[in-house]
Order: sequence, then structure tokens, then C-alpha cells
Amino acid sequence: MTRRMKSSLCYSWRIALLIFWSARLLWAVEPGGSTAQNTSIFSPASTPAQSIFDLSVFVLVVTGIIFLAVFALLLYSVVRFRGRAMDGGREPAPVYGSMQIELAWTIIPTLIVVVLFLATARVIHAIQDAPEPAGALDVIAIGHQYWWEFRYPTLGIVTANELHIPVSVSGHPTPTFLQLLSVDTDHSFWVPQLAGKTDLIPNHPNRMWMDSQRTGVFLGQCAQYCGTQHAKMLLRVSVDGPEDFASWVHAQQKLAVEDAGAIAGRRVFERNACMNCHAVGGMPANGRFGPDLTHLMSRATIAAGAAENTHENLRLWIQNPSAIKPGSLMPAMKLSDADLDAVVSYMETLR
Amino acid sequence: MSSNAITIPGARIEAKPWVDELHQWLTTVDHKRLGILYILSSLLFLAVGGVEALIIRIQLMHSRNNFVSPEVFNRMFTMHGTTMIFFVAMPVLFGFANYLVPLMIGARDMAFPRLNAFSFWLSFLGGLLLYFSFLGGSGLYGAGSAPDVGWWSYAPLGARAFSPGHSSDYWTLALLVSGFGSIGTAINIIATILCLRCPGMKINRMPLLVWMNLVMAGMVLLAITPLSAAQIMLLIDRYLGGHFFDTQAGGSAVLWMHFFWIFGHPEVYVLIIPCFAFMSEIIPVFSRKPIFGYPVMVAATVCIGFVSMSVWAHHMFTIGMNSYANSFFTLTTMVVGIPTGIKIFNWIGTMWGGRIQFKTPMLFSIGFLFQFLIAGLTGIMMAASPFDWQLSLSYFVVAHFHYVIVGGILFALFAAFYYWYPKMTGRMLSERLGKWHFWLFLIGFHLTFDVMHIPGVLGMPRRIYTYEPGRGWDTLNFIISIGAFIQALAILVFVANLIISYFKGARAGNDPWDAWTLEWSISSPPPVYNFATVSTVASRRPLWDLKHPEDPDSRYE
Repeated sequence: MTRRMKSSLCYSWRIALLIFWSARLLWAVEPGGSTAQNTSIFSPASTPAQSIFDLSVFVLVVTGIIFLAVFALLLYSVVRFRGRAMDGGREPAPVYGSMQIELAWTIIPTLIVVVLFLATARVIHAIQDAPEPAGALDVIAIGHQYWWEFRYPTLGIVTANELHIPVSVSGHPTPTFLQLLSVDTDHSFWVPQLAGKTDLIPNHPNRMWMDSQRTGVFLGQCAQYCGTQHAKMLLRVSVDGPEDFASWVHAQQKLAVEDAGAIAGRRVFERNACMNCHAVGGMPANGRFGPDLTHLMSRATIAAGAAENTHENLRLWIQNPSAIKPGSLMPAMKLSDADLDAVVSYMETLR
Repeated sequence: MSSNAITIPGARIEAKPWVDELHQWLTTVDHKRLGILYILSSLLFLAVGGVEALIIRIQLMHSRNNFVSPEVFNRMFTMHGTTMIFFVAMPVLFGFANYLVPLMIGARDMAFPRLNAFSFWLSFLGGLLLYFSFLGGSGLYGAGSAPDVGWWSYAPLGARAFSPGHSSDYWTLALLVSGFGSIGTAINIIATILCLRCPGMKINRMPLLVWMNLVMAGMVLLAITPLSAAQIMLLIDRYLGGHFFDTQAGGSAVLWMHFFWIFGHPEVYVLIIPCFAFMSEIIPVFSRKPIFGYPVMVAATVCIGFVSMSVWAHHMFTIGMNSYANSFFTLTTMVVGIPTGIKIFNWIGTMWGGRIQFKTPMLFSIGFLFQFLIAGLTGIMMAASPFDWQLSLSYFVVAHFHYVIVGGILFALFAAFYYWYPKMTGRMLSERLGKWHFWLFLIGFHLTFDVMHIPGVLGMPRRIYTYEPGRGWDTLNFIISIGAFIQALAILVFVANLIISYFKGARAGNDPWDAWTLEWSISSPPPVYNFATVSTVASRRPLWDLKHPEDPDSRYE
């Protein structure tokens, strides 16, 4: 190796370091560093996401080596064989090809492809064909235009947008198996830290699973373009410890609270079109077009994660949904101020 | 050019020369003029599609931006994608094929000149039909206009229930009409290559550009026809009570996906193979060496043609196919990388031992090689289907296919523009502006599309008009948008170069690059009849043989 090549190698190494650290710096200054907001595919918290991550590291290393090799060849030929003034217009010797070389650069890539394919096929099988263990939780996820419906058939729970699943510990695995359905257009369930995405397609039930080993809230969103408000079809998955999950289930299984103080608001809810689309457990309201509101106040967000679940946002959402989510299928209710206050305070009793 | 017109005595056409000229352009059946019309119409649509891209990038510059409404944003990405694929990339490549194939095989025109004109006007009017939707359609939201269902219009979003009004109809009809144009052109290219080669040009002496356009045209026939069929089925669904893709009545959304991608993936190769063709002509000339491994290049191209017909469902890894299907399409997709890799190695082999001249066409070609390498490798990442379950539908995919289409196809096209503009106009493009164009575009491209991979890895899905702050996406998107504007600036330099050089460029002469294929043996621009006498060739580089009678290629082949 000549000294010139050494110094240029050293130089490119320094550039690579510089790029790496400036990228690190870039992420550090953004507030996205906290785990609650993390949607990176490279920080897996569940078995399927972890196996994908392991495969991706392998693929990245292999493609990285190919890149370095071919790039070095390209760079070398561009620099080494650049035309110089002293050539004096002579043509270089024509070379028409070489079967040995062609064979070499056919066979080597073929071997690489075989290795990559076998490594990939193993992971496909491990994730897709995993049997459902006895302790697994079944959830049906139903895509709607711009929100998620979650049904727990064995537990008798219907909720929306915020999925609760139990944490899975290695001695006693409790993975969650999702059946994916859609009532309208195509959607895609994507929580990067928990699993790869799978589409929700009408007339085409799909399945996916995850088993987070960490408690906490994991964010994601709809990944398949589904219409005007595809952007605000956000997902929250809360992975709860065993006790937390049990108490959440217990609370969700109850019927709606009947608060005598909010009777006026309940009347407004029943008198208007609200109950055509929304259900409240134990009440005549059993609409299924919009999210189930039985335990609305147990959710941190409204409008599929588009806004925090606060008094002001609830008011705004009922009065003018377009202010939060233009194109949402929730109509503006155009209530009087008194009715609006009443119905919002009724909503706030639905714990 | 008017000297080529047939003068009718007493018709006084000299009185209205521009009307006469316009009439000639509108009614022309000359392959060179149709080629230029194809190229000009796609430059027009490139400008429109570029503005749509800039609107998308302004909206995404920071989180919770309100530059455009979600409805407008959805129209913009739908129109951007549809325009760039169907009304920029395909027509411009057909334009070059139209212009160059007859010249390179020593023919006086395409096999079916009037079919050629018909095909061009179908493609162009298809584009106008698409844009008429801004006036005549109404979209998902009930009001407003232009298609907003995405460029692949997944069922059932394109059904009447979810896309009322006529915007999706304009989209369907535009693709159907321009698709017939593409089929006509493909038939024409195949017939021309098979039947009109000059004496001595055996099939294994054709320039690689001709070979690759032959493969491209064959793929167009196989890829566009299912798309046209699917568009007709969609129209039947929308207007005649059909239920092919109507999931509410037992139809299949997945069926549409298969139809679309069995078109959509070969389409990528329909676009990239003519670019391989440009590279296979330009790199040898500026390396001053014949192409390395001609028969292997031909074999690799034909191989890509076949294998790429079996990879379409790698666009569908997330739709819940079973593990065998996912494994199969992983394998085929990785296999198609082998002949593609062979091509890159052969181009490097051509440069190896040469005397590389860094004229603008060669700069863009080297850019192509570098970017196409990376695009291929990110393609391998997504071929590993579990990795794709994370990367698919995210900005990583958007970065990947723009790496192919901009970093690969557009760079190759720019190389072709700088290389053949002298032949088409008789004037050289300015090298100084060309270098500005190259470096500005290179910087803008890498700023945009290198960085764009990262938000995808950080979980940002494509086709969202806004995003929440705090995900770590803001700064990255800002940089991406800045890069987009630098690219737009570079395109302006390019257009300025095209216009200024047309009037003030240096005279090109017949053969400004000291090249070896037949088109450089005649004047620039070529006469209407192309070749005054029928050429006879004895090797793959007929002009080399002419210039070096002491050491002709024909001795070695």
C-alpha cells in the first residue's frame, strides 16, 4: 500500500467519523431522545422487532462491505484512469472482455445472495409461523377511516386508539396476537419498537403478534395511505405490568358510570346524532361507526392521538373537528354553548 | 429545418413560416421530430411535477405546518408520482429511443411512422387529460379536484364509495390512454429493431443501446397490458356495477395490488434499462475503450428482463402473504441484483485501463454509477422481507426509489442530454453551465435523498401531510427540503443551458465526441432521410473501423 493510499484512507475514515458524530449530535438536540417518543426501528422492545433488528444488522454489514468494495473499485478507476494532458491523444488499448472475470463477478454475488436469502428465510419463518402459546392474549384490531378499534373477544372489552397489552416475561410469556381487519380502506399497523408493520385490508384478515418485555407506552401510526387524514391516525400501545393490566381490564369491563350530576349532558348526547355513531356501555347508545366512549376518560388522547384528552380539546373536537383534524368523519355538532358544556361534562364522567 | 420541407409551387408558405413550421411539427411522422416532441413534452411535465414536489417539501419542512391543507397535499403527492412516472420518465425515454434507435441501426425511420405519431399524441393527450382533472374532477373530500388516492390508487380507496366525483376517473383514463400509446411505441421499437437494421448489423453487432431498448420494449408489452386491463376493470367497477375490487361486495383489494405491481415493478426496469443503455454508450466513449463484456451485458439485460417479471410482490410484503410467498419473492428480488451487479462491474471494467475524459456526460455517468450502487444495496435491504416489514411504507422507501429514479434514471438522462443534444440541435451544450448543473444537482440530491433515509428508520410513514413534533423528524425534514430547492435551482441552470446553447452554443459538427456509433457519421442535426446512402457495418463500432482502418474492431469479433 502506497503512502498516498494510506493517507486517503485515513482521510475518508475521518470523514466517516465526522458524519457519524454530526448525525449523533443532530439527534441529540432534537427532543425525540426520550423513550416515550421513540419510534426508531433500531430500538426493539419485543421479539419480532428484535429478530428483525438482528437480521437488519446482518444485512447492513453485508451490504456495507459490498458498498465499500465496489465504491473503492469505482473510485480507484476514476482516479487512476483519468485522462491526462500528456496522453497526447493516444487511444488506450481496447479490451473487449474476459470470461474469467465475468464468471468471478457472477459467482461471488450469487453466493452472497444464497447466504442472505437463507438468513432471511429463517427470520420470515420464525416470525410468521410462530405458534400461538396458551397464555397468549387475542385482540382484534379494526381499521376505520382515521381511527383504530380494539376488541378483546375473550375479555369482553371494546376500546379505541390506545391498545393495552400485558408485558411478557421470559419464564411466563404472554404475547399478544392481533387479528387485523378493516371496515373501509387499507390501513397498516405499525409500532416500530414492537413489530414490523402488517396491513389491515378489507376482506383479507391478517395476523401479527408482539410480546414486549418492557412496560411503557410505545408510539406508532397508520402506515398505509387510507385517505384524507392518514397522517393523524396515530397509535399508542401501552405495555402494562401484570397488576396494572389486570386492573385496566377490570375497569374496562364495567359499564359506563351513571353520574346523576351529568344527566343534562347525557340528554344532549341522546338527543343529538352522537349515539348514531358512538356506543356507551349500559346505555341505549350503541353506534359503531365511531369510537366506543364507555371509558373515554381512561384514554390519554382523542381523535386517534391527534390531540390530548383535555377539557378544551374535547370541547373543540365536538364543536369543530376540522380545527384538530380536517377531513375527519366526525361532523361538527354545532351545539349551543350550554349544550356543549353539558355534553363535555358528561363525557368527563365516562371514566 | 424548413429546408427539409417539401415546397409546393405557388403555395406561398414563405408568407407564414411559423404557421407552416407549427403545422409540420404537429403533423410530423419523422422519428426525430417525434423524439424531440416526446422530450419537450416530458420536460414540460417535469416542471409541473417538480413544482408539486416543492409544495410537498414546503409543507413537510417542519412539524404541524399549515402551508397546504391535507386535501391539497394528498393531490400533490398523487399527481407528482403519476406525472413523474407516466408523463416524464416514460415519454422522455421513448423520445430518446425514437430518436436514436433508427439512427444507430442505420434506418431511415421507425417501422411504422404513423403509429409512432399516434402513440406520441396518445401519451401527450393522456397527460393533458390527467391535468384536466384540476378543472373537471372532485376528489375524496367531495369538493376540489385532481386525483388524491396515491399513484397506485389502492383498492378500495379508488372505489366510488371512497373516491366520489371524477378525479379517479381522469387518473384511470389518463393511464389507459397513455398506456395504449406506450404499447404502440413498444411494438414500433421492436419491429424497427428486428426488421430495419442496415446490412451487416447482425443482432450481435447492434449497439447496446439498441439491445437494451429492445428488451425494454418487450417488457412494456408485458407490463403495461395488465395495467390497462386493471384500469378497465376499475372503470367497470366504478360505472357498470362490477365488483372486481369492491371489498364491500366480496371483491378483492389484494387483486388490485397484484395487477398494479405486476405492472409496477417491471415498470422500474422499463425505466432503468434505457438508462443502462445510455451508460453503455457514454461510458465507453469517454473512457476511450469499447464496452467490457458485450455478450455478458446483453445476457444480463435479457436476464433482468425475465427475472424482473417475477419480483412484483416485494411491494406487498406487508399485506400478509404467507411465509412461502414472502420467501419466494425475497429470493427473486435478491437474484435480480446479480445481473444488475454484473452491469456495474462491466461499466467499471470499461473504465479500467481507459483514459477517462470528465466531460459533463461522463460526470453524470459517474454520478449514476455511485448512486445506482447505493440504490441497489438499499434495495437488497428491503428484499429481506422482515427488514421490509419495518422499512416498507416509510420514508426509507421514498428515499430508496428516488435514489433509483433521480440518482439513477435522471442522472443517466442528464448524461444523455449532454451527450446527444449536439446531434439533435447541431450545437454543443455549455460545459461551464453543465458543470454548475452537475455539482448543484449532486449536492441537492444528496442533501435530500441521503438524509431522507433517516426519518424512515425513525418511524416516519410516507404520505402524511403533517407530523407531531418530538419524534426527531423536524431537523431532518428541514434539511431534505433545502436540498429539494437546490435541485430545483440546478434544473433551472439546465433549462437555461438548453435554451442559451440552442442559440449561442458552439457548432457541434458531425462527431464532437469522437464516438463510434452510426448516428455520428451524419450531419448534426441529421437530414430528414438520415442516411443518404445505406451504411454497411462490419463490427459493433463502425466509426472506429472507419477511423482506424489499420486496426478495425471487425478483426477481433
